[in-house]
Amino acid sequence: MRDGETKRDIRDTDLDRPALEAALARIWNTPEGLWGALATVDHKIIGRRYVITAFVFLALGGVLAMLMRLQLAQPEARVLGPDRYNQIFTMHGSNMMFLFAVPVMEAVGVYLVPLMVGTRNIAFPRLNAFSYWIFLAGGALLWISFVLDMGPDVGWFAYVPLSGPQYGFGKRADIWAQMITFTELSALAVSVEIVVTILKQRAPGMSLDKIPLFVWSMLVTSFVVIMAMPAIMIASSTLILDRLVGTHLFNPAESGDVLLWQHLFWFFGHPEVYIIFLPAVGMVSTMTATFARRPVFGYLAMVMALIATGILAFGLWVHHMFVTGLPRLGESFFTASSMAIAIPAGVQIFCWLATLWDGKPIFKTPLLFVIGFIVTFVIGGLTGVMVASVPFDTQVHDTYFVVAHFHYVLIGGAVFPLLGAIYYWFPKITGRMMSESLGRWAFWLIFIGFNMTFFPMHLLGLQGMPRRIYTYQPDMPWHDLNLFVSVSSLILVAGFLLFFFDAIRSARRGLPAGDDPWDAPTLEWATSSPPPSFNFSYIPVVKAANPLWEQPDVLAVAGGLRINSRELIISTVASAEPEAREASPRNSIWPFVAALATTVMLISSIFTPWAVVWGSIPIVVALIGWFWPKGTPEDES
Amino acid sequence: MKERIVADVSRLSLHGTGSASTTWWGTLGFMLIEATGFALAIAVYLYLMSIAATWPTDAPTPDLLPGTLVTLTLIASVLPNYLVSQWAEREDLRKVRIGLVVMSILGIVPLIIRAFEFYALKVNWDTNAYGSIVWILLGLHTTHIITDLADTLVLAALMYTRHGRNRRRLGDVQDNAMYWNFVVVTWLPIYGCIYWIPRL
Repeated sequence: MRDGETKRDIRDTDLDRPALEAALARIWNTPEGLWGALATVDHKIIGRRYVITAFVFLALGGVLAMLMRLQLAQPEARVLGPDRYNQIFTMHGSNMMFLFAVPVMEAVGVYLVPLMVGTRNIAFPRLNAFSYWIFLAGGALLWISFVLDMGPDVGWFAYVPLSGPQYGFGKRADIWAQMITFTELSALAVSVEIVVTILKQRAPGMSLDKIPLFVWSMLVTSFVVIMAMPAIMIASSTLILDRLVGTHLFNPAESGDVLLWQHLFWFFGHPEVYIIFLPAVGMVSTMTATFARRPVFGYLAMVMALIATGILAFGLWVHHMFVTGLPRLGESFFTASSMAIAIPAGVQIFCWLATLWDGKPIFKTPLLFVIGFIVTFVIGGLTGVMVASVPFDTQVHDTYFVVAHFHYVLIGGAVFPLLGAIYYWFPKITGRMMSESLGRWAFWLIFIGFNMTFFPMHLLGLQGMPRRIYTYQPDMPWHDLNLFVSVSSLILVAGFLLFFFDAIRSARRGLPAGDDPWDAPTLEWATSSPPPSFNFSYIPVVKAANPLWEQPDVLAVAGGLRINSRELIISTVASAEPEAREASPRNSIWPFVAALATTVMLISSIFTPWAVVWGSIPIVVALIGWFWPKGTPEDES
Repeated sequence: MKERIVADVSRLSLHGTGSASTTWWGTLGFMLIEATGFALAIAVYLYLMSIAATWPTDAPTPDLLPGTLVTLTLIASVLPNYLVSQWAEREDLRKVRIGLVVMSILGIVPLIIRAFEFYALKVNWDTNAYGSIVWILLGLHTTHIITDLADTLVLAALMYTRHGRNRRRLGDVQDNAMYWNFVVVTWLPIYGCIYWIPRL
């Protein structure tokens, strides 16, 4: 008997299976009702919320894109005025990057990582709850402002001096900057949770060489977030300081510098691309293995490529600034590093091809999205190598060529794998299958619609059409292609609508999935679909990289955890030897209260610097409430 | 799926300390975030210096006295901080209580001197970019001290309640001590930047 334990402690090995599951449910379940919804710390509920919220933002961003295509379909159209157009392209970019792409990838990690490493909840589950509320508040701030005609209009990278106090009148730029603070705070919190979950809560035996590739990708991504996002938080906070209290960091008239903003922004902004791309790569590896019916070819090379990409991501940012007149030697260095990152990307592409080549691929919808990803991403990667060259970049900078390039990389490289991942993990999350036939239709509509929409933009860019213009004159030779692009985007939209329809319908009426409908090898498929609140009745013990393929019928597990309090296993970093049993916090309303207090402080500080002083007091109170022990078995153990 | 129990974890300790604790790793994670933030703020300082015609720009060099006093106080606080951590490790609650009161005082003293430090900069945040970045560096680190002081005060209060007698809470004391060392260490390069680079 150890400290804090009593004779009344019940162990999982003391009960038969139904009694065990009932006992675990009693201690881990989230109660029904509003209070339960606000207080829950279950990573699956929060992950699901995150995913759904991010997809709502995707749909809203899509509406903005369609408004822009409507405006650009013909010369001198009058659907949108220049001011509204400026707000719309700024909102589209900011929304897609900060409210959709990064959060949705983190969200899938929040849902899947604890299941894939075989634990019962994410590390710091209350911080996880807090991060969701903060993300939601940041998104609401941006969209409510937009509806009130206060939406930011300075582009998604908000270059000074346009966004500075001299030109950025009103509060539009501040709203952009503070939305950044919200979303980065939430992403940083999630990253720490994911890093600690992966390093310390892996199932016994899951040594570094047995970690699923998606989990590896989330580990590298989280470290990139931790090292990159402080740059944008410093940038957005100092922008607000320049605008609100008259600091001069970005003001050349008082020895500040506008290029400093670009350095800070892109030191974050380029790694941002990999923050979005790396989880997608992990999803692709996972789906490729399952549907090729063999483990991924070159596991070690894949892990090394992920780490190499994560490191190289920090050495590329200046290639966004090639036309700012930097020293030639610097430009050459960044050209070389930008081309170098094609190497780990290439290694991964060839590993996936080898896996498919040597396997017996089954072309279900998720694998279709994987193939679509490989084709589209290779094109986007190649135009990336093109714009890494300074003379070429100088020609196409700020044209539609760049718009085409980054949509190929972001939609092809991240959204295709994400949609495949939704088809793949939907049965686990909901317990029901999505429709295979609707899925094929959705894939082909999206794949064809995407290429017809974005490929002609390369040509428009080469013909000199600049980004971010709200209209163009009839004597410009861009009309036909723009009309073609706008009409093609309807096909893309039809594909997305079909996807949303299928997801909503299948959540209610899809065929029951069973535990492991794809015969997949990783641990999340060892539990029921949807998983119970406690994830696993017993914590799995891992002996192979693909446990469910190596031992298809029997799951090796560990016994001996208490079931009258929330408990999970802490294991060593490298070899995942169990080293402690650890309490996992219960539901709490305090993260919600703390998020509310933080929201009030952050939004008020757009208007007065003193809000940082008085606004911090409720935050401190909420944090004390959060951490003060409540006398639960988890606190006392 | 059928399960077969192949391992028994019932004899594992109930709460790991040091690298066996998730809180320890989480603290490291947040230290990495903050260290990156400080490194970037210092990079901004050096960047602005590299493009400025004179440095400090249109201002005298800052006074050394208050900043140096803060530095000495912070360095001196490392020893009691180390002792508190040791006492927490040995679960000596009586000494931990006293130690946390001492550490609270050692958090308040540098804050009082810090108020004079802002005057000693001899430039305002809105004078020019040089003034802005030194105020930002000093402001960031002041926030750092306030955060850890608040944490120390709450822990000190907690130790005088019935919750203090608990390995988990004593682990929090150790993590807080680790964080205070970090507060001290991050100050040194900022101190060098603000006070000594203009004197080079």
